[in-house]
Amino acid sequence: MRPIFQTDYDQDIRLMRHRGYWWSYGTLLLLVLLAPFVVGSYLQSQIVFVFIYSIVGVGLLILAGFTGQTSLGHAAFLAIGAYTAGYMQRLGVPFLVYLPLSVILSGAVGALVGFPALRLSGIYLVIATIAFGFIIEEVAARWESVTNGNDGMRVKPIEFFGVTLGREGYGFYYLCLGLLMLVLLLALNILRSPTGRAFVAIRDSEIAARSIGVNLAVYKVVAFSISAAMTGLAGCLYAHKLSFISPEMFTLLLSLEFVIVILIGGIGSLHGAVLGSIFVVMVDPFLGYLKDDVPRTIGKLAQAFGAANAGAIQDTLSAIGGAAGLKGAIYGVIIILFIIFEPYGLYGRWLKIRLYFELFPLYKKATFRRQKTYLKSERNR
Amino acid sequence: MSLLRLDAISLSFGGLTAVDGVSFAVERGEIFTMIGPNGAGKTSIFNMISRFYQPSEGRLFFEDIEITSMPPHQIAELGIARTFQNIELFDNATVLDNLLVGRHRHRTTRIFEDILFLPKVRRAEYADRYRVEEVIEFLDLQKYRDLVIANLPYGVRKVCELARALCTEPKLLLLDEPSSGLNVEETDDMVYWINDIRSEFGITVLMVEHDMTLVNRVSDRVLALNYGHVLALGTPHEVAHDRAVIAAYLGT
Repeated sequence: MRPIFQTDYDQDIRLMRHRGYWWSYGTLLLLVLLAPFVVGSYLQSQIVFVFIYSIVGVGLLILAGFTGQTSLGHAAFLAIGAYTAGYMQRLGVPFLVYLPLSVILSGAVGALVGFPALRLSGIYLVIATIAFGFIIEEVAARWESVTNGNDGMRVKPIEFFGVTLGREGYGFYYLCLGLLMLVLLLALNILRSPTGRAFVAIRDSEIAARSIGVNLAVYKVVAFSISAAMTGLAGCLYAHKLSFISPEMFTLLLSLEFVIVILIGGIGSLHGAVLGSIFVVMVDPFLGYLKDDVPRTIGKLAQAFGAANAGAIQDTLSAIGGAAGLKGAIYGVIIILFIIFEPYGLYGRWLKIRLYFELFPLYKKATFRRQKTYLKSERNR
Repeated sequence: MSLLRLDAISLSFGGLTAVDGVSFAVERGEIFTMIGPNGAGKTSIFNMISRFYQPSEGRLFFEDIEITSMPPHQIAELGIARTFQNIELFDNATVLDNLLVGRHRHRTTRIFEDILFLPKVRRAEYADRYRVEEVIEFLDLQKYRDLVIANLPYGVRKVCELARALCTEPKLLLLDEPSSGLNVEETDDMVYWINDIRSEFGITVLMVEHDMTLVNRVSDRVLALNYGHVLALGTPHEVAHDRAVIAAYLGT
């Protein structure tokens, strides 16, 4: 344990609280900077997806985690960002112009969605955002002059001062990393300022927030807008990463995936967005492994032990691994387990592991057990 | 000019009249207490002043500005702060953050400046934290500063709520049962604090309270209510000896 003596206000304000932060985040930065040279092109591509998902995750955390307004329509904001990028590129607008444009446009639509959301809360808000997601999906399918409808739209690689950033190249990797770091910095700025505290106030007690002078309407709309703008930024990158976009990519399932990112990562902290993204992006390769490698290994083992039906075992296992609904089922089980055993997600688990080593022989399980309280009054909703 | 004036305020929920034509005025610098049995309409009056309820009749004035139809967040801007009967703190934030939210009405930075965390935001942050530390010192909350509200005992939360209200630097402080759930010692502290809030910060206090010893020790004037009507208004001594009040509330 490191005793921290408070001698000035900056200790609470600055981002790197003490020297340990510089060490750990410096090492992490070094690792991600070197990663593309070490890992193969497949893993590099997966890491880019982690960056893009993390940007969405940060956006969603600001809205759902810190302001308490759940949204199941974030795929729509991603679509707005992606289609803005695709369409503007077709018109010959340079990258440096359409990137901010997709951010601004998504942010503006986010604000528009925020207004009706003022009157809704909880499950009703979730339903409204799902409806919004369907509307945008439908618009993308029908507005053929702009989106090419269900045929989809090709997105060419980014042109950046005459340099082409291919979707598999190092340049694109560092661009995504840089933008993720920027988004994280802005999000941290919000959270350490009066705006972020107003968000948290709205999440924890709307009535108290109002009585203190927080204008709910303004702050909820701003939270929606910031969250949508970040997602729009991710959308622009997403379009370039996939090089092809079509309406059926931006479905409810994708929105659900974003919620899973923050639920599994942990909704109490921005770390959750990144950890959750790693999880969600890596589920696919893991499923591939489950489908091919595990049955093959077991089949070989069975053969080695002389089982007569080794081939049949292998086929059955790969059929299970390749079953259509397996991804959904695994998501479902994992979410249930997290909600029951680790409501604070992967980041919460990490905090516990770290504290265990910090306090080594003295760690008590009860440290993190929340006291039951019965103080919440009926809310004036 | 009185600080707060209620002019024949009524509030009805459907057929039930919770507050029926109540008028009174709170003078600058006094400690004014409302007493009365459950359901007398005390908290309803509070909720009308902080604009969570809309009075069905009558008008409200604060410093001669009509506030009858202002939205709740503007009430705080005018300088009215309140606490709640059942503690409404931001449970998943630290004590320090809760108090800093209390500085909201004094914020000088815009949202986009916050996002960029300009030097101006940092300076505003220093100023807010300085003021918050004063309140922390005043209410002896130093050792709880960095703890999350959800892990604090009830008595401390009660003080935190008072602290958050003080951080807004109000002109009028509404305290809804400041001593409920507190033990004798904590109630004693509360008496001193309420007196000090007036004498050190010059804040006018309007409170609802059931503990008659506390009422007698701090109040300048007491208003007794029953079924939404005013029974008596006067010094604690006068009200405590009023026949109607004894019959309706205090007993013999």
